[in-house]
Amino acid sequence: MTAYDVESGDQVHPGNPVTVDRYTAGARINHWITAVSLVLLALSGLALFTPALYFLTGLFGGGQWTRTIHPWIGVVLFVSFFGLFVRFWRANLWKAEDGTWMARLRDVLGGHEENLPEVGKYNAGQKVVFWAMSLLIIVLIVSGFAIWDQYFAQYTTIDQKRWAVLIHAVAAVTIICVWIVHVYAAIWVRGTINAMTKGRVTGGWAWRHHRKWLRELVGGKKPV
Amino acid sequence: MANFEFVTSPAPTKDIKVGLGDGDLVKRSASTVSPPAKSLTPVAKLIDVSKCIGCKACEVACLEWNDKRTPVGINHGSYDNPLDLTPDMFTVMRFTEWVNPQSQNLEWLIRKDGCMHCEDPGCLKACPAPGAIVQYSNGIVDFDHDKCIGCGYCVKGCPFNIPRISQVDHKAYKCTLCSDRVAVGQGPACAHACPTHAIVFGTKDDMKKHADDRIKDLKSRGFANAGLYDPPGVGGTHVMYVLHHADQPQIYANLPKDPRISPIVELWKGMTKYAGLAAMGAFAVIGLVHHVVTGANRVSPEDEANAEKLTGGRR
Repeated sequence: MTAYDVESGDQVHPGNPVTVDRYTAGARINHWITAVSLVLLALSGLALFTPALYFLTGLFGGGQWTRTIHPWIGVVLFVSFFGLFVRFWRANLWKAEDGTWMARLRDVLGGHEENLPEVGKYNAGQKVVFWAMSLLIIVLIVSGFAIWDQYFAQYTTIDQKRWAVLIHAVAAVTIICVWIVHVYAAIWVRGTINAMTKGRVTGGWAWRHHRKWLRELVGGKKPV
Repeated sequence: MANFEFVTSPAPTKDIKVGLGDGDLVKRSASTVSPPAKSLTPVAKLIDVSKCIGCKACEVACLEWNDKRTPVGINHGSYDNPLDLTPDMFTVMRFTEWVNPQSQNLEWLIRKDGCMHCEDPGCLKACPAPGAIVQYSNGIVDFDHDKCIGCGYCVKGCPFNIPRISQVDHKAYKCTLCSDRVAVGQGPACAHACPTHAIVFGTKDDMKKHADDRIKDLKSRGFANAGLYDPPGVGGTHVMYVLHHADQPQIYANLPKDPRISPIVELWKGMTKYAGLAAMGAFAVIGLVHHVVTGANRVSPEDEANAEKLTGGRR
């Protein structure tokens, strides 16, 4: 068995308590640039999505500024997320235990870890979030270019723009829902946020939620 | 001897009840308005294509009144100049050389293109900026440039491909039906300038009556399919055409046969908005409820002990 899901920088520090390095400083900075971009995109996008939220344009200096800056933040997000994709894609490949984990979603939501298979660095839920984000970001950037009229108006027909704006809206709503799941899971599963702020988790957290990953780290398998 | 009935043109414009203020709005983009207590009489511009000689006096009058200038163009092999509407050019004459398959006659079709001032305006439906597009109770659809954010949604909403976004100030422009002139009882500049009275302006009822007379005249001259273009798919328009071949409007430089707001736009501005807000709200609420019911998922001391055991209990 190769340790497909041990990423570079992952390391166990024995002690009391045991600590485990989960994200390097680079990965964390990369993550937070993406996160801030996504929040700003959601706020500026929702402002133009429904009149009820148009007041959000005030955060960006008015409607003209919101319209101007939104696509540029999109470009930042795309580039930044691409960095995350390169870092994380291998550990997010689907494995046999992920199907079992998904089938026992009731135990997942109930917090009955004892009934779940041991999983690697990412569980099936995290993998779904990862691949959904990857796919939706591609859909959003492609449809986004089609409606970035300031620079690209002449490359699409009006009917293509109509489709693009509809697809962009639907994909945006979907990614916001995925984002809610992502943030909620990080809050609900205590000890998770430390992974993305300080870069490390406790050994107990790794034992409880990602035991296979912890065993691989302890077993000294080299990242591939 | 043929006995033609000559229809006397009305004056290019008639005096219309003065006043176009915020109190006269019937529709306002991204907002709801209470209907005005007193409605203005609906107005319309009637463009009689059969009487147009393609002199472009209307284009010049439009540029003059709106204080716009367009760069000197180039000859594209037809009289179309400029080739298309621009943020500075609210109306263009579109010239079509059409061979009538029945008579084999070459017919020179000249259509003055510009905003049709739909009763159900797609631009206004698509606009996300409150008040950037308004419709007055007399039917005029107008853009408020102070509120326009330049997103181009109006371009997607319009069934006639009319609004143009300026690359200078990033705002949308189109024919205003000279709302600033109508507000003080004057008709549109183009109608005033038209030497053949092919463009006339008045109440919509008067314009329809005048169109009926013109259509009767055209039919008596052998244009059996002459008719009025006032497409019901957009609730009728406040710019109407008399066409000699009203059964095939598309021969007039692709004037749409049955224009309506695109179903894609309707879906985007309708269902998607409500379903989207509901979905995002539902996800947030489910998270909240789940946390209240299940409580936090905490790491237990046994988990920590197990981890220490696994790592060899080294201290």
